Amino acid sequence: MSAAKNVKKQKKNESMMKLTMRRLFRNKTAMLGLTILVVLLLIAILGPLIAPYSDIEQDLMNCYGLPSLQHPFGTDELGRDILSRLIIGSRASLEIGLVSIAGSAVIGIIIGCLAGYFGGTVDNVIMRFMDIFQALPPMVLAIAVCAALGPGVNNCILALIISGVPGFVRMARASVLNIRGMEYLEAATAINCSTARIIAKHILPNALSPLIVQITMGVANSILSASSMSFVGLGVQPPNPEWGAMLSAGRNFIRNYPHMVIFPGVVIMITVLALNMLGDGLRDAMDPKLKD
Amino acid sequence: MRKYIVKRILLMIPVLLGVAFLIFAIMTFTPGDPASIILGAGATPEAIEELQEKLGLNAPFLVRFFDYIKGIVTRFDFGTSYINGTEIRSEILMRFGFTFRIALLSMVFALGLGVPLGITAAVNRNTWKDTTSMAVALFGISMPTFWFGLMLSIIFALKLGILPPSGVGGIEYYIMPCLAVSMSGIASMARMTRSSMLEVIRADYITTARAKGQTEKVIIWKHALKNALIPVITQAGTTFGILLGGTLVSETVFSIPGLGSYMVTSIKSRDYPAIQGSVIFVAAVFGVVMLVVDILYTVVDPRIRADFSKGGKKKK
Repeated sequence: MSAAKNVKKQKKNESMMKLTMRRLFRNKTAMLGLTILVVLLLIAILGPLIAPYSDIEQDLMNCYGLPSLQHPFGTDELGRDILSRLIIGSRASLEIGLVSIAGSAVIGIIIGCLAGYFGGTVDNVIMRFMDIFQALPPMVLAIAVCAALGPGVNNCILALIISGVPGFVRMARASVLNIRGMEYLEAATAINCSTARIIAKHILPNALSPLIVQITMGVANSILSASSMSFVGLGVQPPNPEWGAMLSAGRNFIRNYPHMVIFPGVVIMITVLALNMLGDGLRDAMDPKLKD
Repeated sequence: MRKYIVKRILLMIPVLLGVAFLIFAIMTFTPGDPASIILGAGATPEAIEELQEKLGLNAPFLVRFFDYIKGIVTRFDFGTSYINGTEIRSEILMRFGFTFRIALLSMVFALGLGVPLGITAAVNRNTWKDTTSMAVALFGISMPTFWFGLMLSIIFALKLGILPPSGVGGIEYYIMPCLAVSMSGIASMARMTRSSMLEVIRADYITTARAKGQTEKVIIWKHALKNALIPVITQAGTTFGILLGGTLVSETVFSIPGLGSYMVTSIKSRDYPAIQGSVIFVAAVFGVVMLVVDILYTVVDPRIRADFSKGGKKKK
C-alpha cells in the first residue's frame, strides 16, 4: 500500500498526458488497434500506388471471379478486382468517418462549452434545441437530411455531422459543468481573463479527456453509419468504390458469389474493431480506477 | 409520481412539434419542385402551376406547416404520396408493425442476453468467461448490422437452408432479422452492464455486505445489480434508437415490407411527403419509448423521484 503511494507521489510530477500515454502504450489490445489503424491509414494514403489493379479496370473475361492468386479477393460483376477497390475505397470510407466526426466534434464541443459555461437561458435554449435533434434516432435523422439534400459524399458527411452534434454537445456540457466551480476558473476570472480565453485555455483542456474517447468511438460509429447510408443508396455513388456501396452492389449476387459481400464487410469490421480497441484503451488509460 | 409522468408527457409535445417542424422545413426547402416531380419531365408550365395551386404549394410555409400538423393531430392524416397518390397514413399503418416488432424483439434480446452476459463478465473478472464475452461484444459493436444480416442469410438460408432468406410470415421469418439487429444491442448492453457492475462492486456498501457475511450470490443479485442497472436503463432508450435505425436499414436485406423499405423506396423516387410522414411517425414512436424508459427510470431509482419532487416544489 505504502509502496504504491510512493510510486504515485513520484509520478505526480509527470503530466497527465504523459501518464495517460504510458498507460495506453502498456495496453496490448489498444496497441494492436493503433497498429491496424496506422496500417489502414497508410493503405488509404498510398491507395492507387499499392493497389494491384485500377478500381475501374474491367476484366470482362473474368467476371464474378472467385478468390484466386491473380485476384486474392476475387472480382465483381464487371470483373473489377475487389482487393483494389477495397484499397482505393478505403479513402472514401475513412474520409467520411474522420471528416464527419471532426465536424460534429468541433461544432458540438463549442456549443456544449457555451451552454455549460453560461448556463441559464443560453443553456436552456441550446439544450431544448438539442432535445429536438435527439428525439430522432441518429440514423433516421441522417437519412432524412441526406434524403432532402440528395445522395452523394458531401451530403452524406453533412448528414452525419448534423446527427452527431447533439451527442458531443451533451458530453461537452456535462464535463464543463463538472469543472465549472473549480478554483482555477475563479482565479482566471479574477485576473480578468476574457470569456473566450477562459473557455479555450482553462476549460477545454480540462474537459477534453472524456471527449477524446467519444471522438475515437465516434469515428467507429460514423464509419458504420456511412456504410449503412451507402448501403441504402444515400452515400457514395457507383462506380466510385466505397465499402458500404460495394456491399450494396454485391448483395444482388449473394446467392452464387458470396465473396462479393464477405470481404467489404470484413474490412469495415476490422477498421471499426481497431477504432473500438483503441477507444477502450484510451478510456481505461484516462480513467485508471476502472481498470483495477 | 403521477405529477412527474404528466409533466414528462406534456414536455413531449413541444419536442415532437419541433421535430415535425425540422423535418417539414428540411423537406420543404429542399431543391426540386414537387409539382414537376409529380408530373414528370414532359409537363407544361401551365399544368405545373395548376397542380401547385391544387396542392396548396403556393401558400406560405407556416400556413402549410400548420395545416399539416392539424391533419396529423385531428385525422392522423400524413398527406398523399407524390408518386402514386396513395394515402401515406395507410402505408404507415400497414408497415410499422413489421418494423417495430423487429425493433422491440431485438431490444428484448439485447436486455435479456446482454445484461446477464455483462454480469457474468464482471463477476468472473479477468477469467476466460470475461475475456471471451467481451471479445464477442467488441466484435458485436464493430459489425455493420446489415452486413451481419447478410452473413446470417448466407449461412442459414443459402448454405444450410433452414431459415427463409427473406419476406414475412411465421415466426421463422423473424429469427434472422432479430438476430442481426439485436447483435449490436446485446454487445453494447453487455459492455455497459460490465463496466457499471465493476464500478458498483467497489462501492462501500458491497464491502459492508461482504463484511457482515452475506453470501456472494445475494450480494451480486440484490445489492450490486440493482444499482448497476441504473446507467444501463438510462442507455436503454438510446440503444433502442440505434436498434430502430438498424432495423430500418436491415429491412432491405431481408425484403421486409416495413417502414425502412418504404423510406428507401420513397427516397429513390423523391417522394417527400412519404419520407416526411414516416420520419415524423418514427420520431413519435421513439418519443413514446423514451417516455417509458424515463418512467421506468424513476421506478428503479428512488433518488430521481426525490429529486423531482424537491425540484418541482422549488420551481413553483
